Amino acid sequence: MRAMAEQLVFYGSYPFVRHALVVGVLIALCSSLLGVILVLKRFSFLGDGLSHVAFGAMSLAAVLGLTDDMPLTLGITILCAVFLLRSGPNAKIKGDAAIAMLSVGALAIGYLLMNLFSASVNLSGDVCSTLFGSTSILTLSQREVWMCAGLSLVVVLFYLLFYHKIFALTFDEDFAKTTGIYVEAYHLLIAVIIAVVIVLAMQLVGSLLISALILFPAISAMRVFRNFRAVTICAAVLSVICALGGMLLSILIGTPVGSTIVMVDLLVFLAFSAIEYVRGGALR
Amino acid sequence: MAQLICQNLAIGYEGRPVLQELNFEVCAGDYLCIVGENGSGKSTLMKTILGLQHPFSGSVQMGDGLKKNEIGYLPQQTSLQKDFPASVQEIVLSGCQGRCGLRPFYHKAEKQRAADAMEKLQISHLAKRCYRMLSGGQQQRVLLARALCATKKMLLLDEPVSGLDPNVSMQLYELIQKLHKEDGVTILMISHDMEAAMTYATHILHLGRQQFFGPKTVYQQEFPQAFLGAGSKGGGVR
Repeated sequence: MRAMAEQLVFYGSYPFVRHALVVGVLIALCSSLLGVILVLKRFSFLGDGLSHVAFGAMSLAAVLGLTDDMPLTLGITILCAVFLLRSGPNAKIKGDAAIAMLSVGALAIGYLLMNLFSASVNLSGDVCSTLFGSTSILTLSQREVWMCAGLSLVVVLFYLLFYHKIFALTFDEDFAKTTGIYVEAYHLLIAVIIAVVIVLAMQLVGSLLISALILFPAISAMRVFRNFRAVTICAAVLSVICALGGMLLSILIGTPVGSTIVMVDLLVFLAFSAIEYVRGGALR
Repeated sequence: MAQLICQNLAIGYEGRPVLQELNFEVCAGDYLCIVGENGSGKSTLMKTILGLQHPFSGSVQMGDGLKKNEIGYLPQQTSLQKDFPASVQEIVLSGCQGRCGLRPFYHKAEKQRAADAMEKLQISHLAKRCYRMLSGGQQQRVLLARALCATKKMLLLDEPVSGLDPNVSMQLYELIQKLHKEDGVTILMISHDMEAAMTYATHILHLGRQQFFGPKTVYQQEFPQAFLGAGSKGGGVR
């Protein structure tokens, strides 16, 4: 126990580890907030699809030799998010297919580009770390940390300020429209924010595991809580705890950051499902 | 002056017209039942009135001080709502959203309004309960209370009793009747239930091959065939 604590203190003395922890927590917080909307709106796949798009865009940026891939990746992902969310509600099946198509398409293009043009010697290592985000979070620069912090703050602020509108529009879009909420504008905003969060989250867990970060806290919270506010708060808290726990664990036992966080999320989900089951049994 | 005037309205969906040359007016205090077969455009008409979709031609006008966002709407339930984690209070309060504009939080007045609406629909004791755990009749009351938060003037109800058993339907009809009589709320209701339409409505709008709009009594004389099945429960228009 003592040795573990010492090891944590030792790692904590490095600024890049502290940065990673801060950024990880912020990203987890944002993605769980969005997750609540996405799960309830039946857009769970959107996160997955967009993360693959972001992977494709990142490869493109690498091939073009851009030193800063963030603007290009963000731009492409935002465009795709807007496109997918617009076609979503009116054409259910078409929307599903569109997400799947875009998702695998972007993945294939990304890998192809990396294969054809990559100057790196360790191609499979590069691909693997983009997909599973193994070490990238530990190599964040000061600037990236500030950017992550700033964008996260914007997301949280948006969520707080528009909380009631988000509820109204998630619960019943048509009714929200009749009360005079500009539903399309909010959809657009939400699409942009989803894209931002996904590009941020890629740094933490890699593009294949982002959905887990978005979905698990929300779904776990819904197992146990029965109103929107409690679900939102619980999802946020869970996500932060899981991300922090996962990151510390990965430092201690030397596992990849992304998959460790997702494992913790999964365990919490199982625990919450068990709570629901036990409570349900008691009610019956 | 009428609260709602539809002139030469042509509506439909996906570019396909379902209704043409539709003319009718609704005045304050009317209770209009919209009847007709499935696919005759009842729901489309309601969506057009609410501004959720645009008419192909013609116009929907509000008058008598009624504003576009002052129509309370009771939609048919969506599958999405069946497992939505939300408390009754949260849902009813969301009806006040139109009053908030860009203000992020609710004022006391809005919370009071929500409380009054719940009181009126006898669901105050359910305020903290989860919406999806309620019975069908209770859920409809919650949505009705939400609609009341949006307006005191006009309610649009899209098949409010579908899926409810006869007893609960009856109670809901009585509640709606109370809102109409005591609070003077104008009611527009889509219904398959001819018997109820005849009992409560003041005016009938019949859509389909033959269109009719006018007071209930005239409708009874001109459309006797509509009542052939009305003796039995749920006898629709043939």
